[in-house]
Amino acid sequence: MSAPFVPHTDGEISEMLAFLGLSSLDELFASVPAAIRLAGGLDLPDQWSEADLRDRLEDLAANNRPVGRQLVCFAGAGAYDHEIPAVVRALASRSEFVTAYTPYQPEVAQGVLQALFEYQTMVARLTGLEIANASLYDGAAALVEGVNMAVAHTGHSSVLVSDGVNPRWRQQLQTFSRGPGHEIARVPLVGGVTDWEHAAAATADRVGAVVVATPNYLGCLEDLSAAQQVSHRLGAGLVVCFDPVAAGVLKTPGSLGADIVVGEGQAFGTPLSFGGPYLGLFACRLEDVRRLPGRLVGETVDVEGRTAYVTTLRAREQDIRRERASSNVCTNQTLMAVTAAIQLGWLGTAGLVEVATRSARAARYCREALLALDGVEPAAPAPVLREFALRTPLEPQLLIERLLEEGFLAGTPVEEGFVGTDYAGSLLVATTERRTRAEIDAFAAAFDKAVR
Amino acid sequence: MSAAGGRATSAPLMGRASEPSLFELGEQGRRSASFRTNGLPEWSISELVPERFRAAEPVALAEVAERDLVAHFTRLTHRQYSVDLGAYPLGSCTMKYNPKSCDAAAAMPGFAEVHPGSPPSIIQGWLEVLVELEEALCAITGMAAATLQPAAGAAGELTGLLLMRAYHDAHGEHRPRVIIPDSAHGTNPASVALSGYEVVTVGTNARGGVDLDHLREVLDTDVAGMMLTNPNTLGLFEEDIVEVTNAVHDVGGLMYYDGANLNAILGVVRPGDMGFDIVHLNVHKTFATPHGGGGPGAGPVAVNEHLTDFLPGPKPVRLPDGHFGFETPPRSIGRLHSWHGNALVLLRAWAYLRLNGADGLRGVAEAAVLNANWLKERLRGVYEIPFDRPVMHECVLSAETLEKETGLRALDVAKRLLELGFHAPTVYFPLIVHEALMIEPTETESPQTVAALAEALELIATEARAAGSAEQAKAAPRTTPVGRVDETRAARHLVATFDQRGDVAD
Repeated sequence: MSAPFVPHTDGEISEMLAFLGLSSLDELFASVPAAIRLAGGLDLPDQWSEADLRDRLEDLAANNRPVGRQLVCFAGAGAYDHEIPAVVRALASRSEFVTAYTPYQPEVAQGVLQALFEYQTMVARLTGLEIANASLYDGAAALVEGVNMAVAHTGHSSVLVSDGVNPRWRQQLQTFSRGPGHEIARVPLVGGVTDWEHAAAATADRVGAVVVATPNYLGCLEDLSAAQQVSHRLGAGLVVCFDPVAAGVLKTPGSLGADIVVGEGQAFGTPLSFGGPYLGLFACRLEDVRRLPGRLVGETVDVEGRTAYVTTLRAREQDIRRERASSNVCTNQTLMAVTAAIQLGWLGTAGLVEVATRSARAARYCREALLALDGVEPAAPAPVLREFALRTPLEPQLLIERLLEEGFLAGTPVEEGFVGTDYAGSLLVATTERRTRAEIDAFAAAFDKAVR
Repeated sequence: MSAAGGRATSAPLMGRASEPSLFELGEQGRRSASFRTNGLPEWSISELVPERFRAAEPVALAEVAERDLVAHFTRLTHRQYSVDLGAYPLGSCTMKYNPKSCDAAAAMPGFAEVHPGSPPSIIQGWLEVLVELEEALCAITGMAAATLQPAAGAAGELTGLLLMRAYHDAHGEHRPRVIIPDSAHGTNPASVALSGYEVVTVGTNARGGVDLDHLREVLDTDVAGMMLTNPNTLGLFEEDIVEVTNAVHDVGGLMYYDGANLNAILGVVRPGDMGFDIVHLNVHKTFATPHGGGGPGAGPVAVNEHLTDFLPGPKPVRLPDGHFGFETPPRSIGRLHSWHGNALVLLRAWAYLRLNGADGLRGVAEAAVLNANWLKERLRGVYEIPFDRPVMHECVLSAETLEKETGLRALDVAKRLLELGFHAPTVYFPLIVHEALMIEPTETESPQTVAALAEALELIATEARAAGSAEQAKAAPRTTPVGRVDETRAARHLVATFDQRGDVAD
């Protein structure tokens, strides 16, 4: 045997086999029918040492371009280049958090459970709703669960979804809607924000959920009270996809009538990570807690009356309710949730306001600088916060390629067919608190050169 | 005096005091965060955000100094068991030790700091890793192609079932039912229901395998397919697997392999050779991603050549010119993830596979199965063995007789084991075994550790038998940060946030 992480010596293996009355390791697999056993071993490359692995990883990493000083990031679209301080990296990589399992035995899992309790409190406050779960896979997965929950609550399977919701999230919603059989109807954007007049014309009287994002995919701020009126009139649940960074300065979705709030929590301490693992934020009203998907941590006491934490309302979950469960989620993103709690602890009240404000300042400065260039136009006139879409004289893919050479990831192209023809082919640009005036000035100069 | 401020005391260690919440440790005006000097105009929020959108008050967060932040979360880590600390024999969870070199790979800026919306020209390294991982997973499972998008096992199950649906739709067939054994994980029936199918449960025979006669009774052309874990949740290999897959194929159904227990058969037998059409893998269990206190994971789904056209997209592919790009299969079921899946988890899996190679993976299965069988035989006569035959990666024992004789329940065994320094096994699962103790030592625990675990489990049973009561175990655990937790109170008087504390009367 040559398994690098198996501690057994040959002598120990022989002794253990002898104890079992066996003479070879192969005999352990006697219950596997001979006809289907693999002859000749797996067709995989040879075993590497850790040093070999590191060499190969360095070669592969050299074929990627991470964001940083050499590639200044103006891309967003649901994944943002935020500050992650050393203290957050250090605490979040503690092996007690990293190598624990799901807290099924609360007596030896108080660390993770309490961190999740604190995380749930922070998410509830950010969303303006009473209850937040202990995380879902990512923002898109949270949206799918939110729609399932609203549909289950109302018993109505039509879903009105604003075109301002991240198109990749909507694609995922579409995929997962095939099982439960939701009928998804799009509500278009006008001037960069959802045209609820159009929804008003919809005859649908079986609408279970109305979904809107703010800021939306184009970065524009949506009028949530308009969405709330529509959902209220239709008797549907209002599901709001929010940007938790924007929560630093905007009214909470909960205070504006959202029934369910979902979002992407990557901004709080998780690196860009080529798209995952991220963090699905999910919050709802207290009265709906028994339909909440995923794990929930509650505070209680132990036999001696000491404060203790435990996963609670477990009867909602798949391992108990099985086919009657409203969600199949089991593994979640606890480590990212704990990381977010640590990052939000580092930020504090003023820090979160500062992240939002600095991001918005950078966005305004950058947008004005780019709009000053010949042929660059806003794709949507509505007010934005930290992300905005532009029409450029050069198609966005080409522009992005050219700016890579100058050391900028200029943004992401707005995909054809998902945000309405008015916006397709525009360039989506995002700024975070990490962008400086010097970077933006250099970016605008390179942009100018590239579009000429 | 309140708890606020920098009282960096170790009292919350191991039960001597509770750790205050971060909110109680805060003091208004204290702060940690600092930001880049940016030189930008200092527009105020009121200049940046129209009044109708603006919050009147900022969201209140805890305000702590960096030192206190470190003290708080470090104290929490001292109230937490982990694999790095000790054995974690949770059955069905495959809590093996995870090599640090895989974590180091995932921390490399050349992977971790890459924006997922980057154009293919600057993510060639990432795409190569993902394509190679897909190829390796196909080699291990005996499948033709895979999607890496599903974020965890349950998402993989849903994906597999949507693929099943797309396949039957493409053949113009409406098949409303999916078969699941009564020993299945709870995610299986939940996923079946969420994919719009009806669950049909099939029983277990006396040897712990699928009851073939019962299966044949429920099979007809209404059956879309069957989900099966093999080895199953009793830790047993399905001896009649070929008959099972043939019977399902005979009525036109597809076989779905739940990869939760793949660790036991690496390099020994491939799901494709057993007759499975769709396979999900829990790479976070089998291929060493630490579980993070509950996640993240990744649940790639591999399929045979009949189903490749339906796979989700866009999918990383090797292009004819040797570069890498994306492609969406012609009859794709659509997107399952905002980006490319849980990439850093997938990178760890790729690294783990390279560190092991074919021989290492076979060695993983051998040692995992050796440890489980040794443990089972060592505990013969101490606990009952409900399905008594050689096991694979885990064994399911029962405390049923002990419970009758002494009142010692599986839960008490679990709690007493915590006190003796080990994490508990999975208890009360699978549901078909009374007072079940489901124990998976994994291959990374040494023979000495497995022996010590067996001794502890033996002690718990012996002391109960000697006393004629379970008194000792009922009082456990006493040496952990908290004692037995009042779960009923947690559910009856829900306090799921710090802000709900005041709402609950004692």
